[in-house]
Amino acid sequence: MEQIGVLIVNRKTNEVLLEVEGLHKKYDGITVLEDINLSINKGEVVVILGPSGCGKSTLLRCLNGLEKIQGGDIRFHGKSIVSKDVNWQEIRQRIGMVFQNYELFPHMTVIENIILGPVKVQKRNKSEVLEQARQLLDRVGLLDRQNSYPRQLSGGQKQRIAIVRALCMNPEIMLFDEVTASLDPEMVREVLDVILGLAKQGITMLIVTHEMSFARAVADRIVFIDEAKICEITDSHEFFTKPKTERAQHFLNIFQY
Amino acid sequence: MQSLGIRVLFNVKNIRRLLEGLMVTARIAFISILIGSLLGVVLGVIWTAKRKWIRSICRIYLEMFRIIPIFVWLFVMYFGGTTALNVDLSGETVSIIVFTLWGTAEMGDIVRGALKSLPQHQVESGKAIGLGFWELYRYILIPQAVRRMLPGAINLATRMIKTTSLVVLIGVIDVIKVGQQIIEYSRIEIPTASFWVYGFVFILYFAVCYPLSKLSRMLENKWNR
Repeated sequence: MEQIGVLIVNRKTNEVLLEVEGLHKKYDGITVLEDINLSINKGEVVVILGPSGCGKSTLLRCLNGLEKIQGGDIRFHGKSIVSKDVNWQEIRQRIGMVFQNYELFPHMTVIENIILGPVKVQKRNKSEVLEQARQLLDRVGLLDRQNSYPRQLSGGQKQRIAIVRALCMNPEIMLFDEVTASLDPEMVREVLDVILGLAKQGITMLIVTHEMSFARAVADRIVFIDEAKICEITDSHEFFTKPKTERAQHFLNIFQY
Repeated sequence: MQSLGIRVLFNVKNIRRLLEGLMVTARIAFISILIGSLLGVVLGVIWTAKRKWIRSICRIYLEMFRIIPIFVWLFVMYFGGTTALNVDLSGETVSIIVFTLWGTAEMGDIVRGALKSLPQHQVESGKAIGLGFWELYRYILIPQAVRRMLPGAINLATRMIKTTSLVVLIGVIDVIKVGQQIIEYSRIEIPTASFWVYGFVFILYFAVCYPLSKLSRMLENKWNR
């Protein structure tokens, strides 16, 4: 269907995993997200683009229950997760999230950071978790740092570990919130490569980023948000070659010299 | 003459009595530091609650111990409290209660400050891997807060040890009271006894407090590796 699809074999399905319908979000009376409608299929990689402050990150935070919403519905596997008695602790184990500031827990070693959730929350067998953690660390090229403390690592290394920490919970979808925004330029690549690798494995992802060429390489669809609203949702290739809206066009032009 | 004053410390009975007095001091101090620290952590966690009235109650509780001198608390509890409630408590028990209440209040404030100083992102990262309220405190927040509050907590502990000298006011025979008794007793025979006895008490307090400072420095070094 699309050119980038060559990399990725049969990973998309038609099973809807996460659905947002008519979502409204306000901060002190100011609307930050308005009437957001979006659905993500299992195995799909969706990238959210848009100018700074348009509400991209807030949308991601809403999907993980870190922000309260003022209207609309979010459904995970067809079940609403916005009512008061939703067990977020349980849902968050299935919706992984990685933040901009790679907040590892500074008093724990790398491996302790990674196994905390699986062992203490999911009550999984420790040796089994350790094995998985080491495999994942190996895959991001950091197995030799398993006993280091976060302060002994570079930003790019910390962010890769934060990704492993989220992955080790075996989530069904991963949310990435500008994970390279606070990294030095030379470290951006190593982190993006990891995410690209996940995409190839068929992990469902929703990514907020400012890295245009990465978005183009990784995304099946692009969601373009501006001024709190979704302007367009387009296939990745189409978005970068002929975006439907003028705003998106304008936005893309900023990134070209 | 002067140099002979030290004789007062060569008396085995005197030394034994002083050490017994020190045990009373240490018992009051350490029991209240221990219970106060544990309750202080609980208070500190409650203090970070979102509800304003909860925080106000915590604040009032702390201020009551900050503003009102400890010896007033000892008097109120020992003379007032026991009669009002019609219970018979020893001076030592009352001392432990007052010092524990004080330690809890101050420790709660230290824990609250340490918890507040942790970046909000730590909470969100913890939530994102599915940690619940208690797990968040147990594994993420309290271990980090303990590292930050250590200097303040050790300072509080030494202050509490030193302040136990007030318990003589409600008739507890602590190390200082024993010292006074020995001085009174040997005043005629050894006029310079006060110098030697108080000097010895000085060293005893140092011996109790110094390991704490040492411990705090050791832990700080360990965590700053």
